[in-house]
Amino acid sequence: MDYKDYYKILEVERSATQDEIKRAYRKLVRKYHPDVNTGADAAEAEARFKEVGEAYEVLSDPEKRAAYDQLGADWKAGQQFKAPPDWDDGFEFSGGGYTQADQGNFSDFFDDLFAGRRGQGGQTQGGPRTTREFHAHGQDSHAKIVISLQEAYDGGSRDFTLRAPELDDSGHVVLRERSIRVKIPKGVTEGKHIRLRGKGAPGMGQGKAGDLYLEVAIQADAPYRIEGNDVYLDLPVTPWEAALGARVRVPTPSGAVEMKVPEHAQTGKKLRLKGRGIPAKPPGDFYAVLKIVIPPNETEAARKLYEQMSREMDYDPRATMGA
Amino acid sequence: MEELTLTDLCRSCGQTADWIIELVEQGILDPAGPDAAKWRFKSTSITIIRRTQRLQQDLGVNLPGVAVVLNLVEEKAQLQARLQRLESFALGEMEDGA
Repeated sequence: MDYKDYYKILEVERSATQDEIKRAYRKLVRKYHPDVNTGADAAEAEARFKEVGEAYEVLSDPEKRAAYDQLGADWKAGQQFKAPPDWDDGFEFSGGGYTQADQGNFSDFFDDLFAGRRGQGGQTQGGPRTTREFHAHGQDSHAKIVISLQEAYDGGSRDFTLRAPELDDSGHVVLRERSIRVKIPKGVTEGKHIRLRGKGAPGMGQGKAGDLYLEVAIQADAPYRIEGNDVYLDLPVTPWEAALGARVRVPTPSGAVEMKVPEHAQTGKKLRLKGRGIPAKPPGDFYAVLKIVIPPNETEAARKLYEQMSREMDYDPRATMGA
Repeated sequence: MEELTLTDLCRSCGQTADWIIELVEQGILDPAGPDAAKWRFKSTSITIIRRTQRLQQDLGVNLPGVAVVLNLVEEKAQLQARLQRLESFALGEMEDGA
């Protein structure tokens, strides 16, 4: 697997003090936290966020940091790595390996070095807390599902696989998978929750099972782009269609439509189909945004026409730019 | 999409009613209804609550701060989406222009 350079990830020198490491970690957590990056780069921010968390997990603990440093400063990030069998000879992990951090969230590199080092202090997570009451309402659980733009338009029904950490009989955290059939309401939008009653954690004794809340995320299918409830499409048109106007067929998630390109249209002009965005309440709009393109392959005849235009059309689009 | 009551929210997010009422007072949540007993929250409220919890725990933001942060983050996401859309226009394929 790949060696991970935790110092590089935290953007600190190998000689950094614990205090410098803590400050660097806080700065990067503020920058890459998922709740601060909900837009287009959410996935990348989340990957960096996890990396930063793992790096801090190691470098903030003097024991783990010393053990990690032992591997030597010569390894470069990304190099193939295999921990030598006696690499941590003489190191006592008295504080416990995993701390309160999520198990199962770290890279293979981390697991290879630090797995199996659960000390007395280590906590495990997951599962209902044991209480003295015998009847308790089950906990509600939460998960996130990703649907396509088409599914948001049409609604439908699909099976989703959910993974949840659970304690098995020997106290180990395992990821339990279960498959759930979910009815996707037509016109559902990003961030809405679908509530499945009774599908959360089971109750204790006579208690009812909790509810399952599924947060919906929508993945835009090319060639569409989503902004809120509105859907955008770059609509390529030829120069003659833009100049003379034309009727063109345009795909939309709710079926192909014929749209009128007005004559004398420019690139960037937005043609709106009101109410044909995501069918939420109220429905969003659909926008076809004109993009003038020339044919990719040039024939002799086409070249002659271009040359004629070049001679006869008297227009300099850069005239006012002062070049 | 069905709407949620104050009790629903308390249970689904493991929070007290007082805490959720504080969120409403800070403008983080905006339910319909004349009083707490009759409040109806949109299902997006759950996302907002979880974001609030994480911002408080992970970044130490207080509730008035959370209100500001949520607005800015939303605006940032919208601007990024617009930017992506506009950039897809400006860049066809990059070539050396010299």
